[in-house]
Amino acid sequence: MKALALPMKATGADGDRTIQGFVTLGALVVLVVVASLISLSSGPTGVGLRDLLAYLTGSDSLSSQDVVVLEAVRLPRTALGLLVGAGLAVSGAMMQGLFRNPLADPGIVGVTSGAALAAVLAIVLGGTVLAPLAMVLGNQFLPLMAFFGGLINTWLLYLIATKDGRTSTTALILSGIAIGALAAAVMGLMIFIADDRQLRDITFWSLGSLGGATFGRVLSILPFIVFVLGAIPFVARGLDALVLGDAAAFHMGVPVQRLKRIVIIAVAAACGSTVAVAGSIGFVGIVVPHLLRLVTGPSHRFLLPASALGGGALLLIADSVARTVATPAELPIGVITALFGAPVFLFLLLGKGGIRMGEMP
Amino acid sequence: MITAEGVTVSRSGRKLVDNVGVELRGGHFSVIIGPNGAGKSTLMKVLSGELKPDAGQIAYHGSPIVRYQPVQLARLRAVLPQSVQLSFPFTALEIVRMGAVAQGARNPLEQARQALARVGLRGFEARPYPSLSGGEQQRVQFARALAQVPDPVVDGVPRALFLDEPTASLDLGHQISVLEVARDFAAAGGIVLAILHDLNLAAEFADHLLVLDHGSVVSQGACGETVNDDTIGNVYGIAGAVGRLPAEHIPFVLPQARHRPGA
Repeated sequence: MKALALPMKATGADGDRTIQGFVTLGALVVLVVVASLISLSSGPTGVGLRDLLAYLTGSDSLSSQDVVVLEAVRLPRTALGLLVGAGLAVSGAMMQGLFRNPLADPGIVGVTSGAALAAVLAIVLGGTVLAPLAMVLGNQFLPLMAFFGGLINTWLLYLIATKDGRTSTTALILSGIAIGALAAAVMGLMIFIADDRQLRDITFWSLGSLGGATFGRVLSILPFIVFVLGAIPFVARGLDALVLGDAAAFHMGVPVQRLKRIVIIAVAAACGSTVAVAGSIGFVGIVVPHLLRLVTGPSHRFLLPASALGGGALLLIADSVARTVATPAELPIGVITALFGAPVFLFLLLGKGGIRMGEMP
Repeated sequence: MITAEGVTVSRSGRKLVDNVGVELRGGHFSVIIGPNGAGKSTLMKVLSGELKPDAGQIAYHGSPIVRYQPVQLARLRAVLPQSVQLSFPFTALEIVRMGAVAQGARNPLEQARQALARVGLRGFEARPYPSLSGGEQQRVQFARALAQVPDPVVDGVPRALFLDEPTASLDLGHQISVLEVARDFAAAGGIVLAILHDLNLAAEFADHLLVLDHGSVVSQGACGETVNDDTIGNVYGIAGAVGRLPAEHIPFVLPQARHRPGA
C-alpha cells in the first residue's frame, strides 16, 4: 500500500495521465487474474493451485470430488466475489463523484444499512406481509428489495445533504448516522420477531460473507452489476465536470439532473444487489477508489473501470484470507475488510494534503 | 447574436433582474458594471442559460435558448465562474481538457495545452489544481473556457465568452493580460460579456457598457456616454469620481495597457 502512496510523483510530467490510466487498467487485469487463481485454489478442502492448473489444462488426474469443489463451490464464489467487489468499489467511486467528496461511501453514509434493512425486511416478512410480492418477483425478490432500500436511502441522503447543489460533509455524515440508527432500530425489531432460521440469515447479512455462493446468486446480481458497469461510459465525463460544480458542469454541456439520477440509481443498484447476495461489506467503496486515485488521478474515465477491477481483486483476496486464516472455520469477509479498511479510512482523515473535506458548511 | 428581452428574475419577492433587454453582438466586448447586489451575476446566469428567467426571452442567433440542449449550448458559449474549488486533485491540464472535450475537440489535450499557453500558464500542466494560488486557479479556469470556444467564429456564427469577474483574484499585470485575450477574442468576431468592478478597466476594454443597479439597466452604450459623474454618482453613491485626479497626497495608478519592452 505504501508503494502506491505517491500522489504527485505519479503525475506524468506533462500533466496528462492517460497513459498511466491505461497501464493501471492493464496491471489491474493481471491482478484480477491472479486474485481469481488464488481464490479458486484456496479453501478448507485440499484442492490447491496444482489441482486447479491440472483442471484448467484438462488433465484427468483430479478426482470427481475435486472437480465438484472447483466447479460448484469455488467457481461461483470467485465469480460472486468479482461482481460484488466491482459493485462495491464502483458505487463508492460514483458516490464520491456525485457528492464531490472523497469521504462519501455507501457504507459510511448509511446506504448499505438501508439496503440491508430492506433485505432483512424481505427475509422476515417475505413469508407473511410481503408474500405476494415475493411470489411475483421470485429469485429477484431479495435483490430488488435491497435495491429499492438503497435507492430510497440514497435519494433521501441527497435531499438532506445537498442544498443549492452543494453537499455538506457534515450533513452527509450526520444524516448517514441518523439513517443508520433508524435502520438498526428497525433491524432490531425484525430480529425480535424473527425465527431461528431467519436469525441466522440476518446475522449473515449484517456481517457480510461470500459463503453460500451459488450460480443462482451470481445470476441474480449479474444484471445489476452489468447495468452499473454499462453506465460507466455515460457518466464518467459528466462526473469529471461535476467536480467543478453543478453550474460549471452545465456550462460544459452536461445534463446535470439526468446525470445525477443515473448515478443515484447506479449506486443503489450496486449497493442493493451486493447487500442482497453478500450482506454488508464495508470500506471497499472508499479504500479502492482512494488508492486508485493516487495512481490514475481523479478522472472518472479511468477511476471507474479501475475501481471495478481493483474492487473485484481486493474482495477475492480478502475472501481467500477469510476462508484460510481460521480453517476449518470461516471468518465473515466484512470483518476482514473492516480490519483493513477502517484504519485506512482513519489514515485518510489524519492525512494533511491527502484528503480535503469537500465543501464544509 | 445573443439577445435578452424583458428578462425578469424574482427571488422571494425581490426582483433581482427587472425587465432587462440586452443585445450581445459578435465583435463586441460588452461589460456589465454596477454595485454589489445589482443583479450582474444573475443576469449573466440567465444569458448563459444556467438560470431560467421568470419572464422574458433569451435567444441565441435567433432561436429561443430553451430549444438548445446543454451539449449544444456548450459549443456556443463558455463561462468563467467566479471561483471554483475542487476536492479532487485534477491537474491544470486535466481541468482545461474538460473544456476542450465539451467543445467536441478532436485532440482535446493539444487544445488544452494551447489554451494554457494563451493564459501564460505553460509549464503548469502537471500542477495539481488545489495546490495553485487563487490567481493561478482563476487563469486555469479561464483557459478551460478558452478551450471550450477556441475559435471566436465558426461557420459565420460567433461564439461567446461569459466572464464573471475574471480579474477578481489577479494581480495588475494578469488582470490586463486576461482582458487582452478576451479583447482579441472579440476583435476576431467573438462575443464577450464580462462583469467587472474596476471602472477603469471597464472603460478601457468595453465597446459596450451596461450599468446595472437594483436589477435594472440604468444606462448602456459606449463608455464615453455611460461613465459620467451623474451615473456613477447615482449608482455607486460617490461624487466627483470621473476624470479627476485625486488630492496630491494620494498616489494613484492608472493602468492602461501592458508594458511591452521595446514597444
